Amino acid sequence: MVTATASSGGAGWDIVADLRQMLALHFMVNAFRAGTIVALIAGTVGWFMVLRRQSFAGHTLAVVSFPGAAGAIWLGVSATAGYFAGSIVAALVIAMVPRSSAGRERSEESAVIGTVQAFALACGVLFVSLYGGFLDSLTGLLFGTFLGISDRQVVILALVAAGVLAALAVMARPLFFATVDGDVAAARGVPVRGLSVAFLLLLGCAAAEVSQITGALLVFALLVMPAAAAQQITVRPALSLALTVVLCLVTTWVSLGVAFYSVYPVGFYVSTIGFAFYVLAAGGRALASWLGTRPTRTGPHAGGADLADVAVGA
Amino acid sequence: MIATLDPFVGLAHMLDQPFLRSAFLAGTAIALAAGLVGYVVVLRGQVFTGDALSHVAFTGALAALAFGIDLRAGLYGACIVFAVLMAALGRRASADDTVIGSVFAWVLGLGALFLSIFTTSQSGTGAVGSDAGVNVLFGSILGLSSSQALSDVIVALGVAVVLVAIGRPLIFASLDESVAAARGVPVRALGYVFFILLGITAGVATQAVGALLLLGLVAAPAGASQRISSRPFVAIWLSAGIAVGSVWIGLTLAYLAPRVPPSFGIVGVATFAYLVSIAATSSRWWNRARARNRNRNRNQNRKQRSRPARTVPVAAEFRGEIRGA
Repeated sequence: MVTATASSGGAGWDIVADLRQMLALHFMVNAFRAGTIVALIAGTVGWFMVLRRQSFAGHTLAVVSFPGAAGAIWLGVSATAGYFAGSIVAALVIAMVPRSSAGRERSEESAVIGTVQAFALACGVLFVSLYGGFLDSLTGLLFGTFLGISDRQVVILALVAAGVLAALAVMARPLFFATVDGDVAAARGVPVRGLSVAFLLLLGCAAAEVSQITGALLVFALLVMPAAAAQQITVRPALSLALTVVLCLVTTWVSLGVAFYSVYPVGFYVSTIGFAFYVLAAGGRALASWLGTRPTRTGPHAGGADLADVAVGA
Repeated sequence: MIATLDPFVGLAHMLDQPFLRSAFLAGTAIALAAGLVGYVVVLRGQVFTGDALSHVAFTGALAALAFGIDLRAGLYGACIVFAVLMAALGRRASADDTVIGSVFAWVLGLGALFLSIFTTSQSGTGAVGSDAGVNVLFGSILGLSSSQALSDVIVALGVAVVLVAIGRPLIFASLDESVAAARGVPVRALGYVFFILLGITAGVATQAVGALLLLGLVAAPAGASQRISSRPFVAIWLSAGIAVGSVWIGLTLAYLAPRVPPSFGIVGVATFAYLVSIAATSSRWWNRARARNRNRNRNQNRKQRSRPARTVPVAAEFRGEIRGA
C-alpha cells in the first residue's frame, strides 16, 4: 500500500483526474473488477444469510478460509484455491453436524464452534510459520488487500460468482419460503434440509470470495452490514435485495478508491463504511418511527412477519 | 537433540532457559484462570462473548500501541469496558445478532487501522510494528520478560481466587437463574463480576496465546470437561486441569519443534483433548458405564424416598440451596 501511494502521488480535488490516474494502473483495474464481483455475490448471498440468521456461520466459514489460504501458500498452490477449499470443507462439516435445540446441547454447540474457530486460526499461524514467516502477507490475509490481484484470479472469482448466482437464482423462491416459514414449506413438500445444505455451500463460496478483498476476519463488513442496513430500510424482499447489492457495490468501490490513496488497510474502510450505512439506516428508522411518520408494523421483528405474508400470499 | 535421547535430561535442559521458565510460570497461571472462567462461560452458553472480547482485546492493545501508552493498559481497559457492556446486554446478546456482530466487526476493522498506524509510525525501526501486531493476534508467550510473567501470574491467580470464592452461587445462578434469584442469590451482581473476570482473563490470555486464539484456551478445555462430567464442581477443576496440561504439552512441543508456534501447540493440544473427550464419551463403553452409575444412583434414591432422582444430575449439587429455606 505504501508503494501504491508513492507511485500515484496522492489525491487531488479533481475526482475525474484522480480516477483516471488510478485506473491507469492495471492492478487497480483488476482490484475494481474483483471488488465488483465480490460485492455482487456478497450482497445477494449476504441478504439471504441475514434473513436466515446464519451470520455466525458465515463468520466461521470466512475464518476457516484463512488457514486454507495460508496452507495453500505454504504448499505452493494458489491462495485462491486455498480460500475456496477451506470454506467449502468447513461448510460441509457444519452441514453434517446435526442442529440441536435443547439448552444444554446448545451451550455445547457454541463450545464446539469456538474451538473450531480458534483451532482453524492456530492452523493458519502454523502454516504461515512453516512457510517462513512473511508478515505482510499475514496481515493481508487477515485484514484484506487489493494489491496483486491477477487476471486469472479475476476470472476464477467471476466463474465461481456466476455459478453461485445461477444456483441461487434457481433455488431462490423455495429457499425464501423455507427461510420465512420452514414448517409450512416442509409440509408443502419443499426439501428444507437439502436447501439448507446447498445454501451453506453457497455461503462457503461467498465467504471465500469476500475474504479475498476484506480479509478473513472482516467478512462481516460486506456479508452482514449492507444486508442488515437494507432490511432496516425496507421490508419488501425484492427492493431490500436490490438495495443490499447497491450498498455493497458503493461500499467496495469507495473503500478501494480511498484505500488506494491512503496507507491504511482496505478492510478498515470496508468495515467503517458498511457500519456507517448500518448506523444511518437504523438511526433513520428509529427517527422515522419516533416521528410517527411510518405505521407501527416496522418493529424489530416485523420484517420477517411481513416477508412471510408476502411469501404465503404469493 | 538431547530431549530425544533422555526425556528427563531434556526436560531439565528446557527449564534451564529463563524465557521458558517464564513461559511455563505465566502459562500455568493463565491456563488455570482460563480453564475456570471458561467452564462458567460454556455453562452459560456465552462462548460468543469470548469471541467478541478477542476482537476487542486486539483493538485495545493496538490502540494503546498506536497512541504510545502501555499495551496492557489498553488491553485490560478495552476488555473490561466491553465485558461490562456485554453484561449489561445480558442474555439478549446472541451469536447471530447482526447488531452486535456488526459492532464487533467494526471494532476489529479499527484494530486493523491502529495496527497500520503503529506499523507506519515504526517503519524507520524495522519490523517492530508488524511484530507487535502479530504478537497481539497470536501471542508471544516465549517473549515474556520475567517481570511481565510475574504480573501475569498475579493477575491470573487473582482471577482464579475470586472465581473460586464466588463459584458456588455463580454456578447456581448460571444453571437456573430464576430459582437462584428466588433463593436470594444476587444474580445480576454476580453476572457483572463474572463478566469483569472474563474481561481480565481475555486480557491476560491475549499475552499468552494471542487475541485470536484465546477462545481455544477458554472454550476447548471447558467443552471437554463438560462432556466428561456433569457435576459442576468436578468439571470446573477438570477444565482447569486440561487447560494447564494443554499449556505444558503445547510449550514442550514448541520447544522440541522450533518451527511450531507455541500458541498453535497450546490450542492444538486443547482441541485434541476436546476431540478425545467427544470420542470417549460417545463410545459404547462409556455410555454403558454411565448408565450403570445412573441406575445405581436411582436405586439408592428409591430407598431414601419414593421420588425418582431428577434427570438433571446438576440439581443434586444444589439440593441444599433448592430445598433449604
